[in-house]
Amino acid sequence: MTTAAQLTSVMKTLADPTRRAVFERIAGEREIAATSLVKGTKVSQPAVSQHLRALRDAGLVMERREGRHIYYRPAPQGLAPLIDWLSHYQAFWNERFDNLERLLKEEGDE
Amino acid sequence: MSETHAITVEKVLPYPPERIWRTLTRSDLIAKWLMPNDFEPVVGYRFTFKTKPMGDWDGIVHCEVLQCDPPSMLRYSWKGGADSNPEYGSRLNSEVTWTLTKVEGGTRLKMVHDGFVLPGNRFAYEAMAPGWGKVMDGIARVTAEATVSSQASGTTAA
Repeated sequence: MTTAAQLTSVMKTLADPTRRAVFERIAGEREIAATSLVKGTKVSQPAVSQHLRALRDAGLVMERREGRHIYYRPAPQGLAPLIDWLSHYQAFWNERFDNLERLLKEEGDE
Repeated sequence: MSETHAITVEKVLPYPPERIWRTLTRSDLIAKWLMPNDFEPVVGYRFTFKTKPMGDWDGIVHCEVLQCDPPSMLRYSWKGGADSNPEYGSRLNSEVTWTLTKVEGGTRLKMVHDGFVLPGNRFAYEAMAPGWGKVMDGIARVTAEATVSSQASGTTAA
């Protein structure tokens, strides 16, 4: 069950274009070293680290430490709040359509 | 770069367009199948839908009639949430479009709710194996099931 706070957290985290670029890069890999992420961008190492921390806190990526290296991979359920949000509206409209059909049918019977 | 996603529901109903139009545009009838409202079928008219408050959201949807061509096209804005809720609610700045097309045996009724802004591009979602792609399939399946369940009344897939 997704809460509004979780959805907001994911939305806010991905609202920043640089951070989103970092996320998309990770999402395209099984796993990627933090150092590789820094190499591929013009963003400074501390800035990338900050984005990675935000992504991790929002549950969007997972972190694995091995010696001096840190690796990141996409969290399987990271986007679940967004998905729940859409599913909620899909279910909402499906239900309302059923109501509409029922109403039309009842009116026809009167 | 953001991408908007639309939710679509489409069915063929065994009634003439005028009849369905009435249920889409008469306030008392709308209340029976959608939500309590103060709708009027006038372009530029502002109205609200009222639903149960959810979390920080007061449950009021703010709308404006954008297009009204009886009995074939109705479009209104749909802004979920209130100013008091800068988070969840105000994220939804969307539009709902109803299209009615006369077909053999009734009317094809199509609803498109557009404007679900997803951060980033879809590639990122699809790249996450157990994530987005599957969910899009899930949504498609739910829609298909809703369609199939009413096939007795002459529904066709989108």
